[in-house]
Amino acid sequence: MSAPLLSIKSVSKKFGAVVALEDVSLDVGAGEFFALLGPSGCGKTTLMRCIAGFESPDAGTIALSGVDLSGVPPYRRPVNMMFQSYALFPHLNVFENIAFGLRRQGETRDAIDARVNELLAMTQLSAFGHRRIAELSGGQKQRVALARALAPRPKLLLLDEPLGALDRKLREETQFQLKEIQRLTQTSFVIVTHDQDEALALADRIAVMRAGRVEQIAGPMEIYDRPATRFVAGFVGETNFIEGRLDRNGAAALITEFGRIPCEPRNLPGGARATLSVRPERIGVARDGEGIAGVVEDFVFRGETTLLRVRVASNIVLRAAASHGERHAIGDSVRLSFPPGAGALLAEER
Amino acid sequence: MSARRRLSLGERLVIAAPYLWIGAFFLAPMALIAKISVSQSVLARPPYRPIFEPSDSLAAIWAKAQTFTFDAYRALVSDTLYLESYLSSLTIAAISTLITLIIAYPFALAMARAPERLRPLLIGLAAAPFWTSFLIRVYAWIALLKDEGLINNALMALGLITAPLQMFATTGAVVVGIVYSYLPFMLLPLYAALERQDPSLREAAADLGASPAQVFLRVTLPLSREGVVAGALLVFIPAVGEFVIPDLLGGSETLMIGRTLWNDFFSNHDWPAASAAAIVLVAVLMIPLLLWERARLADEDDAR
Repeated sequence: MSAPLLSIKSVSKKFGAVVALEDVSLDVGAGEFFALLGPSGCGKTTLMRCIAGFESPDAGTIALSGVDLSGVPPYRRPVNMMFQSYALFPHLNVFENIAFGLRRQGETRDAIDARVNELLAMTQLSAFGHRRIAELSGGQKQRVALARALAPRPKLLLLDEPLGALDRKLREETQFQLKEIQRLTQTSFVIVTHDQDEALALADRIAVMRAGRVEQIAGPMEIYDRPATRFVAGFVGETNFIEGRLDRNGAAALITEFGRIPCEPRNLPGGARATLSVRPERIGVARDGEGIAGVVEDFVFRGETTLLRVRVASNIVLRAAASHGERHAIGDSVRLSFPPGAGALLAEER
Repeated sequence: MSARRRLSLGERLVIAAPYLWIGAFFLAPMALIAKISVSQSVLARPPYRPIFEPSDSLAAIWAKAQTFTFDAYRALVSDTLYLESYLSSLTIAAISTLITLIIAYPFALAMARAPERLRPLLIGLAAAPFWTSFLIRVYAWIALLKDEGLINNALMALGLITAPLQMFATTGAVVVGIVYSYLPFMLLPLYAALERQDPSLREAAADLGASPAQVFLRVTLPLSREGVVAGALLVFIPAVGEFVIPDLLGGSETLMIGRTLWNDFFSNHDWPAASAAAIVLVAVLMIPLLLWERARLADEDDAR
């Protein structure tokens, strides 16, 4: 990534006594699909509104292509936003909604017609140009909102929970469309979402936020496989937290109450107390052989896998995913194995 | 709930109530006035003929109905006083409505954008004039506008004018009175329309490059259209027939149909003429309502 398109440095924002953003720094590259992920109230929407210009940070800078945006009103920023509520103009038809930004730029009638028709085609709305907004389905409104925000060719497109209002089936379909449109338009997308699956599916990189701070910025795989903090590990996907003491003699491992689990030591010293995050599907389940002994307490059939709750010590129950076809019953003895790199050591909680 | 379910007696009564109300207090009086408008003016009490009695036989009713005449309507057309009164009333009401709209819009906007906890207070303040008698408020304008009134005295004391301005007893004073009296009727529907607007629509417009002025012209104003129309009708319709304000604040040159009607009823005792003028006024006032309704229906058809 060369010079970043969007550069956020040490941005803080308070609403009264409530801290919405605290020392947030991140960069978004040209053409990148970036996700701000976190639970509600984590500051992700505030950060997006700061980028769009609807809020101004108390401290820090937001720069686009190296130009500081502070004091630049929203209507002069080459950034467009797709609103969570879509915010489509009810008094204008689909065509005029999409043309709104182009008309403000004073483009010629022919250029506007061509651009709007191009976007209608891209979002499969060509037959709907003259429809009223009230006559559209949720999915169609979502596509009009996307087309309207893309029409003025923004350098950066902000998407606030773009799939939040769609039902599950439509959401998956739309994820692919969104990714394709992002690839076709070569525009940088910054998406705000509380849905980890959405962030993992769409984004090139994800910033996981919590209580106004960025916990980790990384690609989806790394976020999932190498979560930096307990919060990230817990928020993105299911996981087991295993407490223990790090042993760096020979192959590094975590010494726990129920046995030795191999792990990468990161930069922790030998003997340090540490927490390992291990995803249920990374734990191997076998009826016998090598591994840590446990007893099946409970199981839930999930289709592809069956999630087992396995008691490995009097006070410790781990969740492990057994693959399809393996049958287990409550009370069965099983062996759990931890392949090297299955877990990620977490940094100390701040 | 099935659409064809039989309604209970209670439900029927609830549904019937507004119709009964309109029938008893609007249609029945209108029918009486319509009947008087086609009666003949006589020097008697009441000053018109025929008069139907409950004891009349069908033949008697028919015989009396034969005497109905459209003389009063012919007089409306032939006497230019009526035409001038109508035109002048419509003009004064239209100008007053426009001024009311221009004054009320920024107020309504400020109310709608005020912090949420302040809004009930602001609505209360907007409605506060209703706590005083309408008549007293109009009289107060006399005290302000007359030659030795507050405004003239203040301007003379400041040395801005040497002789009092003729403000009282002019058509201008009538417009001022109407604008003042009807402002809340414009303000409240405008506020209601603006308050329900989704603020994210304005943000979306700004985000797409609309300057604050463009956001107002392209989004806020068009989306408040229903409030503008409702407020304009609520001011315009009663203003056309207004009697008290032109009578108290207007001069002899201020012609308004309400006054002309009053003169016919009470000075000339020509009830048929006054009734005919009233019926025509109702018909005239139906026109803007019908136009609005037609535009609204066309809108809905568009949406289909």
